[in-house]
Amino acid sequence: MTSPAAPSSFPSGLPSSPGAHVRAVHDDFHGDLLEVSMGPHHPSTHGVFRMIVTLDGERIVRLKPVFGYLHRNHEKLGEQTTYLASMPYTDRLDYLNSMTNNWAYAIAVEKLAGQAVPERAEYVRVILAELTRLLNHTCLAGFLLQDTGCSGTPLMYAFREREKILDLFESLSGSRMMCNFQRFGGCRLDPTPEWLAAVRQLVDGYGRFLDEFEALISGNEIVMARTQGTGVLTPALAISAGVTGPMLRATGVDYDLRKVDGYGVYPRFEFRVPLGAHGDTYDRYMIRILEMRESIQILRQALRDLPAGPILDPKAKNRGFRPKPGEAYGRIEGPKGEIGFYLISDGSPNPFRYRVRPPSFVNLTILEDMCLGQTVADAVIILGSIDIVLGEVDR
Amino acid sequence: MESLEQIRERLLARFPDAALTVIANPGPAGQPSLLVGSPHAASIAAFLRDDPALRLDYCSNVTGVDWPDREVVETIKRTVPPPPPAAPADPSAPPVTPKVIEEKVKRHIPGYFEVVYHLYSMALKHGPVILRTRTADRTDPASLPSLTPIWRACEFQEREVYDLFGIRFTGHPDLRRILMWDEFKDYPMRKDYVEPDDYEWEPTPHGAVLDKARRHYPAPPESR
Repeated sequence: MTSPAAPSSFPSGLPSSPGAHVRAVHDDFHGDLLEVSMGPHHPSTHGVFRMIVTLDGERIVRLKPVFGYLHRNHEKLGEQTTYLASMPYTDRLDYLNSMTNNWAYAIAVEKLAGQAVPERAEYVRVILAELTRLLNHTCLAGFLLQDTGCSGTPLMYAFREREKILDLFESLSGSRMMCNFQRFGGCRLDPTPEWLAAVRQLVDGYGRFLDEFEALISGNEIVMARTQGTGVLTPALAISAGVTGPMLRATGVDYDLRKVDGYGVYPRFEFRVPLGAHGDTYDRYMIRILEMRESIQILRQALRDLPAGPILDPKAKNRGFRPKPGEAYGRIEGPKGEIGFYLISDGSPNPFRYRVRPPSFVNLTILEDMCLGQTVADAVIILGSIDIVLGEVDR
Repeated sequence: MESLEQIRERLLARFPDAALTVIANPGPAGQPSLLVGSPHAASIAAFLRDDPALRLDYCSNVTGVDWPDREVVETIKRTVPPPPPAAPADPSAPPVTPKVIEEKVKRHIPGYFEVVYHLYSMALKHGPVILRTRTADRTDPASLPSLTPIWRACEFQEREVYDLFGIRFTGHPDLRRILMWDEFKDYPMRKDYVEPDDYEWEPTPHGAVLDKARRHYPAPPESR
């Protein structure tokens, strides 16, 4: 590799010399800066997302994300409808994780109204949330490999497993992705024994899929060369920037709301919180694989201990629901990070203020910091490893 | 974690001239918040982040709230002393009980904008401590201090509050619209925002939509 100090080995002006067609690297590596608008329609941006990248040669010196193309003012819609009517809208935030979005919203409303949840519903919620985590992390691993240029195969392997989970969601709630399943004080429907047996079967087979996937990917030399050391995030910056979820834990910060808040029945289960050491793209990939293995453990325990009983609190009032004036902030550990809902009630059937704390949106804050000094191709996989869904970023 | 009153006492000891009020939360969630006067907001936030007993290093949620002008009807009980007796008091008459009158008093609360910060500690794993800052009224340009220099997590979220509520954050490094496009004029999350009726004429079964469209488009000229 030629060092920048000795560019003269390639006489400039020749059509065959590297970079002859790009002005930025033409004159002795001190050329003009080049501004590239990546997106909004680009397969690597996972939706309609744009990055205005300023390049010095191939290195990024400035990156400004531009989004809002899917903005529909979700929060205003929430203030114009009743509490229950917002539940199906939360499905559309992060359309991969409708079950956890539902749960976060239900937890916030239950806090606001002081509503209790029956034990069986708590277990079912944990089962659904961990299935969602499997689904999200599987998809992410597939998409991330797609972004690195590993076309097709890993993504299709991931989607094969995702379809199995979506089939389960469909047979339970009637919809693959827009599940609209949680209610204030429990769940909408009680899972049948056949459904639980199907979940058990999926959980038993999932470890084998992960083994197969990891045998192909995790030790792959090209994947390691491409992802290790790219997009390094320091723990101090991650904490200050409010980064949550697997991205935070990849930097080595031990902060998992399932342990910290202990919401639902999570304190009853034994599981570990995997932590990264380098905060690079490879760690962010690996953390998700390890979290999936822990999710399998949680699912096994939850399926084993699932108690009988009502699925919805008999005293719960979902229609004509008017909580007393007050406010509440409820949050859970979603697959992408902390998803929270902040609600202010003035005693009317509609929330006075309805706010979503979207994990993808906040995690995007440090995109520029991670990409500085990297190449454009690296920016693509760094963005992929943040794991954004534009329905949630833009709201 | 110490209670919000204790935090307030310690803050008052450190910043004696700061305006600090604990806002109670009447609902069952039990999350009271601390209203901070804008001149001291940044230094108080830095104190909360760096204090070894609190270490609120993680700002989870930043959001704006628009409180329009409100009229609150309060019931006030007032005792009316009995009128002095015209005739000399008859000792056998029962004692006159003072009358209690309930009066409904309308109280006008002027509106204001509010920004709410939910703070947690990742180091000590506690929280939330909820900070609020308020503008004096709803007149434009509304402006409040930015806490982005304290917590980087506020950067995009304060931009969003600026975009949707029109609150300018002084000290924000990059205050631009984030979700709406740059040329957009209004602030959609305000309670008095009127959505523009720039849709095309279309026969619709919804009376409200039809009425709005009729108002927007002039009536077609009479055919001769």
